[in-house]
Amino acid sequence: MILALTIGVLVAGAVYLLLQQDRLRVILGFVLLSHAVNLLLFSAGGIDSREEPLGGSLDPATTADPLPQAFVLTAIVIAFAITIYLLVLAVTGNPAEDDGLSDLDETGPTAVPSRGARR
Amino acid sequence: MTDALLPLIVAVPLLAAGVAAFAQRRHRWAVALLLVTLTANVVAAGVLVAATSGGGVIAHGIGGWPNGIAIPFVADAFSALMLTVAGLLTLVCVIFALVAGTGSNRLFAALVLVLTAGVNGALLTADLFNLFVFVEVMLLPSYGLLVLSRRGRGTDEAVTGSRLYVTFNLFVSTVLLAGVALVYGVAGTVNLAELAGAAKRSPLVAAALGVCLFAFAMKAAVVPVHGWLARAYPSTSPAVTALFSGLHTKVAIYAIYRIYAVGFEGDQRYLWIGVAVFSATMLIGVLGAVGEDRMRSILAFHMVSQIGYILLGVALFTPLGLAAGIFYLLHHMIVKASLFLSAGAIETRFGTDRLEDLRDRVGREPVLMVAFGVAALSLAGIPPFSGFFAKLMLLVAAVEAGQVAAAVIAVVVSLITLLSMLKIYNAVFARTVTGGDLPSGTAGATVRVRQRTRAGLAAPAVTLAAVTLGLGLGAQGLFGLAEVAAAGLLDTTAYVGAVLP
Repeated sequence: MILALTIGVLVAGAVYLLLQQDRLRVILGFVLLSHAVNLLLFSAGGIDSREEPLGGSLDPATTADPLPQAFVLTAIVIAFAITIYLLVLAVTGNPAEDDGLSDLDETGPTAVPSRGARR
Repeated sequence: MTDALLPLIVAVPLLAAGVAAFAQRRHRWAVALLLVTLTANVVAAGVLVAATSGGGVIAHGIGGWPNGIAIPFVADAFSALMLTVAGLLTLVCVIFALVAGTGSNRLFAALVLVLTAGVNGALLTADLFNLFVFVEVMLLPSYGLLVLSRRGRGTDEAVTGSRLYVTFNLFVSTVLLAGVALVYGVAGTVNLAELAGAAKRSPLVAAALGVCLFAFAMKAAVVPVHGWLARAYPSTSPAVTALFSGLHTKVAIYAIYRIYAVGFEGDQRYLWIGVAVFSATMLIGVLGAVGEDRMRSILAFHMVSQIGYILLGVALFTPLGLAAGIFYLLHHMIVKASLFLSAGAIETRFGTDRLEDLRDRVGREPVLMVAFGVAALSLAGIPPFSGFFAKLMLLVAAVEAGQVAAAVIAVVVSLITLLSMLKIYNAVFARTVTGGDLPSGTAGATVRVRQRTRAGLAAPAVTLAAVTLGLGLGAQGLFGLAEVAAAGLLDTTAYVGAVLP
């Protein structure tokens, strides 16, 4: 239950941040969203059995499912790489454009063309 | 023995990419390595088509693990056909990129090779999580290719378009990953063969796989989530647009075909959703093109519209519908890339693809004119090109399946497509039609127009236009293969049996 609530809170926070204007907040939203999905992957393998899946004699009733853990590991690496790239893209480009974007209330002409680009 | 060679189709481009990444400023050898690997890729895919054309399925579980645990690679007629056409397109677009200058970046060869590995892997894998990974392997070099340009020629537009593209794709990938997690949670496996028919039996699995299908539909730019494609694709260099048009959305379409055929076993209960959404895609995509004034924007919106046609095949899920959809998919990859390459040749030469600026500047470009005209007519579905055959079969299949409304929309959209193609053609190529004499004020701009476009720039587009003509005249051959592929989707026992013997 706590896991489900955590995922819910993370997704709610992610949605809130993704709908923001600021580029950095959108990226932080993606960080939250990928965490939520990683937890979802974890819970898909069952959360009651937590023994480490190593060694010869394993009891299937108590041993954790290693497959979702491998999935999560892969997913973390991929999400991390793309997040870094997004951060690079966020600071690259025309500085004049940024002046209009960094401020939430700014609706100058420079902000208009790229507004859709950040969603 | 030959089964065990299957992973090489992914491994060889990856290895070659690793080597090509060492290329320095003078990198002739990297380009040679790129071309050799891509040619070998096409040859290998051709061999696979020959091996699977009888309806056979080749499968291999990597690492000698027991079936169900090993990562399965499977090639059937559908994936082999996709591999061949995707490989061919990559080769042609890379040649264009090398001629046009985009390919002069020293990382170009490595990025394209990783892209090829990702596409091949996504087409071959029979495991949902692996599919996600290969889609990411395909996307990561694409992010690089999007902003790639000749030194000092980078544009803010490319960065803006790239932001949109990366953000959107990260979001879609996350949704896909959530779908995979849900599938694992409710079904206990992400192996497609073990999931065979699971969605038909259990609504829970259907909902979980539905999330995956939803993610792939977004990647394929199905209406109402098509806006990103029309904005991101025209922002990069012409060669990369052509390359992406043939690969990215098409891999998503392949995944939708595959997942619906295997996971849902063509469940009739959900088909109406597809028919409704894909009909809307056809119509809204083509209407979006009306208001655009750049060649590549218009073509990108047409791509959205054509994706509706292709996916209509899977929404019908009849033998004829699937075969027509697969034929349409292959035809579309070739024709769309040809159009983008023609537009790219114009843009490389004249520095813009805005119709107003090109009016009266291009002059007579007989070679490009014919190539663009052939591909445009094929896109609209005029005989004797491959588009006519693809559309005819799809219409017949739609009417046979009782989807008359979808068939009517398809015909109407064809007409609007033709109108839109004529708009480009009239503005860019047919100077005499639109207004005769050159305005004297643009004398400076017309000086360069006297020479024709270099043959190397036009050759890729011409090659692909010739292929569509050949496919139109000899449609029966490819359609036979498409029917074999469709049979493999209708009856998945051979597919499942090969993965889990």
